[in-house]
Amino acid sequence: MQKPILEVNGLKKYFDIKGGVFGRKIGEVKAVDDVSFSVMSGEILGIVGESGCGKSTTGKSILRLIEPSEGEVKFEDQEITKLSDEEMRKLRRNMQIIFQDPYASLNPRHTVEKIISEPLLIHGMKNTKERKERVKELLEVVGLSGYHASRYPHQFSGGQRQRIGIARALANNPKLIICDEPVSALDVSVQSQILNLMEDLRDQFNLTYVFIAHDLSVVKHISDRVGVMYLGRMVELTDKDKLYDDPKHPYTRALLSAVPLPDPDVEKDRMILKGDVPSPSNPPSGCAFHTRCPLAMDVCKEVRPQFEEIEDNHFVACHLYGPAVQ
Amino acid sequence: MTEEILKIKDLHTHFFTDNGEIPAVDGVSLSIKKGEVVGIVGESGCGKSVTSLSIMQLIPSPPGKIVSGTIDFKGENLVHASNKRIKQIRGNEISMIFQEPMTSLDPLFTIGNQIREAIRIHQKVSKKEANQKSVEMLKLVGIPRAEEVMNDYPHQLSGGMRQRVMIAIAMACDPEILIADEPTTALDVTIQAQILDLMKKLNEEKETAVLLITHDLGVVAEICDRVVVMYAGQVVEEGTTREILKDPRHPYSQGLIRSLPKLHEKDQKLYSIPGTVPKPKMGMVGCRFRDRCRFVHERCYQENPELFSLENNRLSRCFLSDDAEGKVVKDAEANIGS
Repeated sequence: MQKPILEVNGLKKYFDIKGGVFGRKIGEVKAVDDVSFSVMSGEILGIVGESGCGKSTTGKSILRLIEPSEGEVKFEDQEITKLSDEEMRKLRRNMQIIFQDPYASLNPRHTVEKIISEPLLIHGMKNTKERKERVKELLEVVGLSGYHASRYPHQFSGGQRQRIGIARALANNPKLIICDEPVSALDVSVQSQILNLMEDLRDQFNLTYVFIAHDLSVVKHISDRVGVMYLGRMVELTDKDKLYDDPKHPYTRALLSAVPLPDPDVEKDRMILKGDVPSPSNPPSGCAFHTRCPLAMDVCKEVRPQFEEIEDNHFVACHLYGPAVQ
Repeated sequence: MTEEILKIKDLHTHFFTDNGEIPAVDGVSLSIKKGEVVGIVGESGCGKSVTSLSIMQLIPSPPGKIVSGTIDFKGENLVHASNKRIKQIRGNEISMIFQEPMTSLDPLFTIGNQIREAIRIHQKVSKKEANQKSVEMLKLVGIPRAEEVMNDYPHQLSGGMRQRVMIAIAMACDPEILIADEPTTALDVTIQAQILDLMKKLNEEKETAVLLITHDLGVVAEICDRVVVMYAGQVVEEGTTREILKDPRHPYSQGLIRSLPKLHEKDQKLYSIPGTVPKPKMGMVGCRFRDRCRFVHERCYQENPELFSLENNRLSRCFLSDDAEGKVVKDAEANIGS
């Protein structure tokens, strides 16, 4: 059995809502509300969910780009939520992130060389010549060429920019990369190029990814295990084949059936959810999904379901599988 | 056979910029029949949005201009119609939904105000009647508490609700054609499913023809009857949804479909089309897809491929579909294989 490289336990992130004359705290947005999971070394864990479900906040909290409110994050058995800024800075060498928008995440005033060499400089590669060599090497790894180094981000297309973002993340040979919607701003034909590149890189450098996306087919393609989030909570987590063949949570089922498939012959047994995602500042009592759930029972309104392992490696938070029903 | 209500013939929309003339739409022809749902698919920059804006005569001018071609709407050429006439048609007989439901509603006016405006411009009705009609429309698109929502401002509604309001405005005057430019791209899948369901329902009930512009082949499979695939300002393939998705003929459509990650298929390496979309420029000779194509040969560099007719009114802009040529290339491939 492999060792988990990352363990997240009871992670919470509440954002305060300020209001009134003195800007006092008048409420909280529960962006991430008690999420736990672990990622094995060399694995790709996908996290899916709709906008506002807290998947990006989860990703950023792991790197402490957003300070988590509560809970623990363990990276290689080291608890990192209590580390000082300096210790955290050193640790970030092993944990990197790729952002969603390749247009906004690269500084337009820096050349590609500067963008990619900055993390190298920060983590102690002082020799200019060495850095130049490394930048060239990185660009070639992600499918660009050495002569691209002197150019500026606006001279590249979206797919090429995302490659630069990936090269920057790879600069210090990290062990874990959080990918926050890395392909959702890209066109289909470019998206497949980037997905293939990311898979190749994983094999080549033995990387671990946490892959955050809203597109279920993309997540299915790249991940080993998939977690589904709804309103700040993890509702289901299991191997991708199990999740897609035999989804347990009603939300997962609805989500899967809502994906339009590019195949006119597939029989559609649509489960169309009513209404919108409720506001995370005032989430429904009990199970957060009960307001839209076609199978809601009385107990769902009152008791929050536990996130439990109902089958081998299959975690679900739903009363349908809990002791309340059985 | 039903009549064609919109016929676009050899449309050229060019943009005159500091860097020269850019042919964003370069000879597009397509037609829509009454009650039909036609999809235009393509990647960003292929000219699909410019085509739809050209139909609505909404191309910002300058820098854009419809250089040549006709847009025939029930026997009337929209390219040469007067501004006054276009205003009568726009929002009344042809209406449009945009991609961003967040930015296409005016934040300073109530929802009711914005729907009433559309109705009162095109129909001689009293305020009260317009009000009634607005509430009816909101109910039709499935908005709960329609009376209250009339007095709400756009920021009080969620993305899915706003898109419903946009559809209500677009449908308020019973248009014959609804142009939907990426109507669900900004929405989540569960909300997207609701909106597609609604559009399908409206299409069936009111017999409104829909021109759906999208990059998502899944959405196309969901509601379109016929699909037009665009690449670099040109139509490269046209056919029924089933034909295009199951048996694409143009190498670009083939590549596009193969590069989609599939939900119901077991793992294999994703196919990807090498290279990127070329920038449109004037006087390009040869096939625009040649640099990314697996079947590229000499003729692709020398001649512009035309839209070759295939069986069943299908069209494909590739020399492989030219009868004589197709055999030659197939033979060549067979030789390589053997």
